[in-house]
Amino acid sequence: MEALGLLLHGFAVLLTWKTLVLMMVGLVLGIFVGVLPGLGGPNGVAILLPLTFTMDPTSAIVMLSCIYWGALFGGAITSILFNIPGEAWSVATTFDGYPMAQQGRAAEALTAAFTSSFVGSLVAVLLITFLAPMISSFALKFGPPEFFAVYLLTFCSFVGLGREAKHKTVISMSLGLLLAGIGMDTVSGSLRMTFGSPELLRGINFLVAVIGLFGISEILLTMEERLALRGHAASISLRVVLGVWKDLPKYWVTLLRSSFIGCWLGITPGGAIAASFMGYNLAKRFAKEPEGFGKGRIEGVFAPETAAHASGTSALLPMLALGIPGSGTAAILLGGLMVWGLNPGPLLFVEHKDFVWGLIASMYLGNVVGLVLVLTTVPIFASILRVPFAAVAPMIVVSCAIGAYAIQNAMFDIWLMLGFGVVGYVFKKIGIPLAPFTLALVLGNRAEDAFRLSMIGSGGTLKVFWSNGLVGSITTLAILLLFWPVIDNLLARVGLTHGTRATSP
Amino acid sequence: MSQTDIEIVVEDPTAPEDDSPSVVSSGTIEIVVCLLLLALAVTLGYDNWRTGASWDATGPEPGYFPFYLSVILAGGSLYGLIAALLARRVSSGTFVTRAQGRRVLAVFVPTSLFCLATQFLGLYVASFLLIAGFMRLVGRIALWKSLLTAFAFTAIMFVTFDVAFDVIMPKGPLEAALGR
Repeated sequence: MEALGLLLHGFAVLLTWKTLVLMMVGLVLGIFVGVLPGLGGPNGVAILLPLTFTMDPTSAIVMLSCIYWGALFGGAITSILFNIPGEAWSVATTFDGYPMAQQGRAAEALTAAFTSSFVGSLVAVLLITFLAPMISSFALKFGPPEFFAVYLLTFCSFVGLGREAKHKTVISMSLGLLLAGIGMDTVSGSLRMTFGSPELLRGINFLVAVIGLFGISEILLTMEERLALRGHAASISLRVVLGVWKDLPKYWVTLLRSSFIGCWLGITPGGAIAASFMGYNLAKRFAKEPEGFGKGRIEGVFAPETAAHASGTSALLPMLALGIPGSGTAAILLGGLMVWGLNPGPLLFVEHKDFVWGLIASMYLGNVVGLVLVLTTVPIFASILRVPFAAVAPMIVVSCAIGAYAIQNAMFDIWLMLGFGVVGYVFKKIGIPLAPFTLALVLGNRAEDAFRLSMIGSGGTLKVFWSNGLVGSITTLAILLLFWPVIDNLLARVGLTHGTRATSP
Repeated sequence: MSQTDIEIVVEDPTAPEDDSPSVVSSGTIEIVVCLLLLALAVTLGYDNWRTGASWDATGPEPGYFPFYLSVILAGGSLYGLIAALLARRVSSGTFVTRAQGRRVLAVFVPTSLFCLATQFLGLYVASFLLIAGFMRLVGRIALWKSLLTAFAFTAIMFVTFDVAFDVIMPKGPLEAALGR
């Protein structure tokens, strides 16, 4: 197996003291970010990105991805001990995790959560190890039309399969694509939508927008709520850990099912949030006694955590293999790649072997180290919540400002961040999804370049998107997905399917 | 080490009341947002039309792609506007209550002042003022704790970014006086 050899090489790249220290730092920061309200995976990664500007790309991605793993682990802590999901994807964990804590089984629930997170991401990393190189070598044959078709597929599936109102997804996406176009046009070199402003000449930086949209707006949203909390403190003993692990084989069906759901929704833009709910619901539906769910069943913790982690991890597959992020956080990591001077896409596997395999190896190692770390340090992280939000909030604001400024050394970006903070707050409150915006902003220029290069190649005819079997089927699939709700409705009317939309809550 | 069950309790002295009256409904905000987006779409669309949004021999001109995106954005916001206007007759949820609005402004106003202060006093002085002021005035935390936390955090940030990682932040008169 060629992949195994390369993976071993990746471990060799990774096993230096410097990278291992960065990995620990990343994990600790990540758990911190996951535990704190008002900070999540994407914000944490975006805010801490400037720290990595002076590092080499491999160390940088190892640290950033470890922040991401840490945040995934951290979200479970507050869900179980305080009934407060630190992250949206750990909402489903509260259903059975908190009742378990109330029954004095907090340590058991936490062990279950961390272990299943580990299992979920392990399955996803295995998938990445063997599938990503195959996809990327296949994608090496892609020309501009194929790439545009894949971008189109990504955008269309957001509209067609997203749970939000369709017009809101369209608004969010077209706004992102428009803002991506501001500044110098990369094909012709002429200026667009700058209105004579020298500040807009640089364009709107993706990371500045993300810091505002996720960081600042999240603080505004958090402040609206009552921040008083009451919860259990727990420490985990080795006996409890071994007890849970001994029972693990009994739940292999749940673990496997949730891993598959997670991987599928991670690669397609369903995301960790949808995955965790779906994992939970299916575990409940297939359980022998579904009544027990919600009252402290351990499967109720296993199912959503496995799915969320599998999804969060596998979202990196399309980013690595094709340069298309499967989640908001993956989009930010992609933004990072460009800052470090790497060109995302299938060539990454050929030109930057050390980087890619170092990252994949760090997924294995980061998850093992992360599991040990969270199991041993839960009491410390739980007590972070004792720090009042009035102290945490201004610190987050300062960190956001540092992050936004550092990207281009521009004061204008701090104001832009503030503006995006307000936009994010309002959008979230009226249900305009932010993920399509983020994705559109980071992919906008690449999608447009691909489109225009295909046009130049074909002499200006749209037929190029159906010029061969491959590009034709991707384009057709994209259009089908765009109109999926309509098609699904029609099929339901003819009685071919039961109509997924009609039965969904 | 066996399982301990010490409760962690955190109070929130300035929490918003649950029965606070609504300031504005979600429907109204949706209408305003759609109108703003529509205006943005028209402005950007016009600018792209000016740049050139047609199709020449080599394919689309620079304004072509963004022009049609403006059209899509305009369409989406128009649809949203109509949907919001129609839904308004039925009922719509609260966008923000008075108590929530007050709390949001309690973060937003200091954050804006912080951005302004960064421009003139430099980031580190501004961040010291923001953290100390916010903890004292909004969080009602003891003055010495607020000042100490603010100083410690700002110092850590300075050492991490300016000294260790060479990421240079905006500076003001204080740093100039200290020779940094």
